[in-house]
Amino acid sequence: MPPVYRGRFGKPQAERLLWRAGFGPRPGEAERLAKHGLEHAVHSLTHPGRERLRGPKPHDDNGRPLAPYDAWGHDQLWWLDRMVRTSRPLAERMTLVWHDWFATSEDASNARLILRQNQLFRKHGLGSFATLLTEVTKDPAMLLWLSGTDNTKDSPNENYGRELMELFTIGADRGGYTERDVREQARALTGWRNDWDDNVGPVNFRYDPKRHDAGVKRIFGKRGHFDWKDSGRLCVHHRLHASFFVTKLWSYFVPTPPPAATKRALQNLYVHHDYAVRPVVEAILKHPALYEGPRMVKPPAVYVAGLLRALRRGIDNEAWTWLLDLAGQQLLHPPNVAGWDDTRWLDTATYRARWMIASHAIRPHVLDSGKAKLPPDASKLLGRAESFFGHPVLTGRTHGELKRFARHALADANAKWKKEQYPALIENALRQLLASSPDLQTC
Amino acid sequence: MARSCHHCDEFSRASLVRKTAAEAGRGLPAIEPGMPFPAGTGLDRRAFVARTLGLAISVYGAGKLHLFEEGIARAASGPAQPVLVSVFLPGGTDALSVLYPALDSTYRSLRPTLALDAGAGTQFSEDSRLYWHPSLSPFATLHGEGKVSVLPAVGYTHPDQSHFTSRHFWEVGATETRLVSGWMGRYLDHVGTRDNPLQGLSLDYQLQPALATAKVPVASLAAPDEYTFDAPGVWGDVEQRMLEALGPLGSRRSDRFLNQAANATTQSDRLRRELAPFTGNGYGTPVPYPDSDDPFPHQLAGLAAMLAASLPLRCVAMTAPGEYDTHSDQPKALADGLDITARSLLAFQRDLEARGLADRVLTLVWSEFGRRAEENGSDGTDHGAAGTAFLIGTRARGQMVGEFPGVANLDDDGNLRATSDFRGVYCSLLEQWLNEDAAAVIPGAGSFQRPVLVK
Repeated sequence: MPPVYRGRFGKPQAERLLWRAGFGPRPGEAERLAKHGLEHAVHSLTHPGRERLRGPKPHDDNGRPLAPYDAWGHDQLWWLDRMVRTSRPLAERMTLVWHDWFATSEDASNARLILRQNQLFRKHGLGSFATLLTEVTKDPAMLLWLSGTDNTKDSPNENYGRELMELFTIGADRGGYTERDVREQARALTGWRNDWDDNVGPVNFRYDPKRHDAGVKRIFGKRGHFDWKDSGRLCVHHRLHASFFVTKLWSYFVPTPPPAATKRALQNLYVHHDYAVRPVVEAILKHPALYEGPRMVKPPAVYVAGLLRALRRGIDNEAWTWLLDLAGQQLLHPPNVAGWDDTRWLDTATYRARWMIASHAIRPHVLDSGKAKLPPDASKLLGRAESFFGHPVLTGRTHGELKRFARHALADANAKWKKEQYPALIENALRQLLASSPDLQTC
Repeated sequence: MARSCHHCDEFSRASLVRKTAAEAGRGLPAIEPGMPFPAGTGLDRRAFVARTLGLAISVYGAGKLHLFEEGIARAASGPAQPVLVSVFLPGGTDALSVLYPALDSTYRSLRPTLALDAGAGTQFSEDSRLYWHPSLSPFATLHGEGKVSVLPAVGYTHPDQSHFTSRHFWEVGATETRLVSGWMGRYLDHVGTRDNPLQGLSLDYQLQPALATAKVPVASLAAPDEYTFDAPGVWGDVEQRMLEALGPLGSRRSDRFLNQAANATTQSDRLRRELAPFTGNGYGTPVPYPDSDDPFPHQLAGLAAMLAASLPLRCVAMTAPGEYDTHSDQPKALADGLDITARSLLAFQRDLEARGLADRVLTLVWSEFGRRAEENGSDGTDHGAAGTAFLIGTRARGQMVGEFPGVANLDDDGNLRATSDFRGVYCSLLEQWLNEDAAAVIPGAGSFQRPVLVK
């Protein structure tokens, strides 16, 4: 078995777990989880029970309910709302993991089909990877995205066959397959088709044996009359799949690569449990590297959902769609079939987008400096800002710099009106700076 | 709803790079306040930059030039550096449509539905077999003026048909999956400074991997006139103090990824100061740019404005509009993408010419590969090998590099064979344009032929 973390499990550890395996704590949640200890904490995430949505119901800019199938961007907001209000944060986080792993863009289909795929990830997220792969292969949004329904006996299309091996199951440049395997996989995957309805678009996705190439294929050195089910099965049973799977899954939770012994133990766990995801995730969430290793940059969607959870705010406007786009993660629109690049979330462009996200998150609570009466005391003002976000754990450096800012800004108040008004302006600025600090970009 | 099935549509990041965290500007030193003003006085251009930035400096009231502002002023005061702009066409552009052998019977039989007719585009003057894609008439115009070098079949030996691997090769300047810095990034590590993030500019919503450096900072921004940091309910002195706090919040941290976030904070703060002259009223352009929902023409206009303001740029990387991974619906997707790309680049060239900057800028247009010679039966083409690239500018030699290999003699996978190597192209650009020893930047540089690219 992989090693298990034995150190102190206090608020900082519980807070990190809630961010890595979900979308961060609601106020007081990390403190409560810490009391239960690591085993129970992880179990509560991997076995969460029935979903209950907590908090204000989502609505659009005009106060109307979301129309995920009909209004542009509402499908993204619908999902973001689940991230914010769910009682099953890990299930929702796994949905995000699979959305990145099998990165499918809505651009190739429509809201109805992409949300259908999204639901598939939610349902099978912690179940069998082999089942998930079978479901994904015949999923309409994927069939459109990677040309599955264009792939026929008479004109094979390699799009899905290639990415199936390169990105979903085996990995490139590991000697796991050849260009010939790509072509033969394409042949095995032939047979899917759909119709077109002028009102609703692509419909009636089905397997049509007449479009399938029933001939003998040679894949990974094996010969047979392989079809689309064989195609995925051969990949999951490939000698390089288990190592690909555990390394990739690990990378969503821990930013440093798994130690060799851990990697082997995870592979064994995975194969022993017949390609089940839950035991592998459980082992990763208990691993010392998660608690003792470096922090991790939050993906933009996690950053947004986490801010809203901390502020107990629901989805009450549509700006999150374009803000997430600017931050580099427009939900349901991954940049390409390889998904998002978790090593490059932050640069000068996306950092500014996160600044804007923070502004939007705090705006409803902005203090009116003409009315609010706050104490002209740097420590008290900072304490209020921390409380505003539910007391996230801050590094000493960030705490010190924020306090220094407040002190300097208070010292600028050289007139009566400034002495009255600056504390509220400073409180607003502290909220902005705290939410934009390196501490809150990482977990 | 129209069916636009371009799959892996916008190849803005390579999956391989995912494994190889290349962090721009790693090792950047913290700014030390009170550093002495640099010795040596630049004349006109330094004065200009200092004056423009003076707007920003006075705001901070410290009366001292920030080290960064000094860095940029110093860089701008030196001799004007040549600028290389990289424009990436994401997805693998179909070489056999970009310049197509209209009358070739093999081409027409490989492309029964997709073959373009001779009447559709203009003939390519350097090879009468070939015709310009109708959307590329702006390139044909510039080519007629001697300002475009065409590479009709550029690639590398043992071509890889994965988008991510092939694009990674082009970005790192070698057929190496494990290299972590971009080829332009390594050039900047050699010639750049630690106080000028603008030396490598990703005009994009995120960093272009070709610019990933190991030592010196580089910047990423969508457009220079939008780079502001406002906060609700914060103004006046308090706002100035808030902005001043950004730098210290980004000071060095021991945790690796906390430090990565801190670096992003510091570099954003520097860029904010640097672009202060652009964020007020935006910028004007001497020539019209195409109207588009895509930011590309606006970004190019901003780039010309930054060069005109003597901001010390050396390497710029951006992604062209359009979707080129045309497994299906190829005719319209390709025509639309090439059209807005080519018209924008023509406007950019005219802008540079109007501002007297044209001799300082070369633009390389490339894609990760070409596409399969035989169409795939779904109104599209699958991944191929050799593709097309262009080098644009008044200083481009204006002559074809490597001949068109024809479709009679395809490789074993049915793809075009390369007649020039992208690594040789990079070596030539480094040596003939950027005045740098290619051996310091491109692995195995000695083994590549250098085409003459610059006049």
